[in-house]
Amino acid sequence: MRVLELDNVVGGYGDTQILHGVSMHVDAGEIVVIIGPNGAGKSTAMKAVFGLLKLTDGSVLLDGEAITNTPPEKVVRHGVCYVPQTGNIFPSLTVEENLEMGAYVRVDDFKPRLKEIYEMFPPLLEKRQQAAGTLSGGQRQMVAMGKALMLEPKILLLDEPTAGLSPKFRGEIFETVKKINRAGTPILMVEQNAKQALGIANRGYVLVDGKNRFEGTGKELLNDPEVAEMFLGGGKQSHKTGKA
Amino acid sequence: MAEFINFYLIPGLILGSIYALGAIGITMTFGILRFANFAHGETMTLGVYIAWSLVQLTGIKSLVPILLVLMPVSMMLTIMIVLLIDKAFYKPLRASPVIILVIASFGLMLMIRSVTQFSWGVQLKTILPGIQPRINLLDFLSFPLKHVFIVGGALLLMYAVHHVLTYTKIGKAMRAMSDSPELARLTGINTENVVMATWVMGAGLACAAGVFLAVDTQVDTMMGFKILLPMFAAAILGGVGKPYGAMAGGLVIGVAEELSSYHWIGDGPLLNPGYKQGIAFAIMIIILLWRPTGLFKGKSF
Ligand SMILES: Nc1ncnc2c1ncn2[C@@H]1O[C@H](COP(=O)(O)OP(=O)(O)O)[C@@H](O)[C@H]1O
Ligand SMILES: [Mg+2]
Repeated sequence: MRVLELDNVVGGYGDTQILHGVSMHVDAGEIVVIIGPNGAGKSTAMKAVFGLLKLTDGSVLLDGEAITNTPPEKVVRHGVCYVPQTGNIFPSLTVEENLEMGAYVRVDDFKPRLKEIYEMFPPLLEKRQQAAGTLSGGQRQMVAMGKALMLEPKILLLDEPTAGLSPKFRGEIFETVKKINRAGTPILMVEQNAKQALGIANRGYVLVDGKNRFEGTGKELLNDPEVAEMFLGGGKQSHKTGKA
Repeated sequence: MAEFINFYLIPGLILGSIYALGAIGITMTFGILRFANFAHGETMTLGVYIAWSLVQLTGIKSLVPILLVLMPVSMMLTIMIVLLIDKAFYKPLRASPVIILVIASFGLMLMIRSVTQFSWGVQLKTILPGIQPRINLLDFLSFPLKHVFIVGGALLLMYAVHHVLTYTKIGKAMRAMSDSPELARLTGINTENVVMATWVMGAGLACAAGVFLAVDTQVDTMMGFKILLPMFAAAILGGVGKPYGAMAGGLVIGVAEELSSYHWIGDGPLLNPGYKQGIAFAIMIIILLWRPTGLFKGKSF
């Protein structure tokens, strides 16, 4: 079943068009990864889903219904949660308050969910009364993801959740992503650590200059010589560090 | 010693409490609506005149019913007016650059002042006439009873602010939006409700601060404006966007202003009382040099 679909999406900031017809989809149960060079429009594609960008053409469908150009505060209410790459926590609020804010649009009792989140991220339970801004990068990312999961979203969008993290934390975050997904939440994720990300992905898209370039299963992309040359080559993407 | 406490320290605490209450609104508006609200002093003045009118209407002349009955009613009326002002003037400008909002607030300052002067006249008035009872303690402490109510009332209101910000959903959302308006929106927080709550809190406290000041001194149409700059100084000193910082900053500045004219050295006042307002800014600048984001790590510019 198709949860999220971007159909030939065109849009950008002001007069600058960034996305020139991007199409992708996420089916139930999937982890889908977007990779591509810096400035390719990966983050912009996510913002397009979340109504943070004026789309001039194409459409965004959630469970088959158009949510194109719906403002973010409404997209959340449709059950889409988005963790931006930066500024994804409220630093002066405590960990627990961050999680509570994640449940802001819930009308039912969120306490049972809070407990589940703490079970998923044990370090957060210890630090729950601490200001989120004082945590380490990896733990902040946990807060950001936990906060998004408070809603039990239909789909979770993650923008470079491992950016700036040490290999150890990176591995932990990828494990967490798998865990969240196994618990039933489909995930659309932008990642720089292409090899590791494609390793856990069902499918992936390669975005270049605001357009689809390649797509395929994680395995196909990992084994594609062109993709390998562009994104998986030596240098920064070291081996499977920290992957448990 | 007695003179120091009775004539410098206690008045400093009174003034500090008033600054603190006013500065909370300024800092919250800055944190959440992102602009320096120049009309905040006039909101205070307006609240005072509403209270003064209620005193005339009801004929109530004693302190306790004024503070317990008329002040809350005035606060509510002030809040209603400020919410209407927001709807009419600020809401259409919500997405505008900060400078536009600052100038709009400057315009509103002048408009509210004109309306106040036109409606009530510019002559001095009193809200609490007659000689007020004093309290004498331990042979040397002596202060007016109303000061107990002012400090007590201010503490109670500050506690209420603390309670709202710490334990209520809207209060936490206010702090969240002050941290990051963008993320607040992504999180689904109803930002318009948060903005309204900010006005409610700011206007209510401004009215209360004004009434306390009026009870302590007199009623005049420039009273809010006269303390606007020290309140700004208190907000900045405490850390922009930080309500507890505003409380601390208000107290520090109020006390420092009064103590600055104590005869610390020799017989005369250390500083001519005419320089009091300069003190607020001197302290603000000195503390900012040491801690650029204020006592409570507020936003930097
Ligand atoms: N808020 C913005 N306003 C204007 N241009 C932007 C904005 N954000 C990103 N861009 C531009 O859009 C392009 C794509 O950016 P982005 O989607 O962040 O790339 P990626 O996430 O793939 O690295 C870049 O050229 C960037 O400079
Ligand atoms: Mg990006």
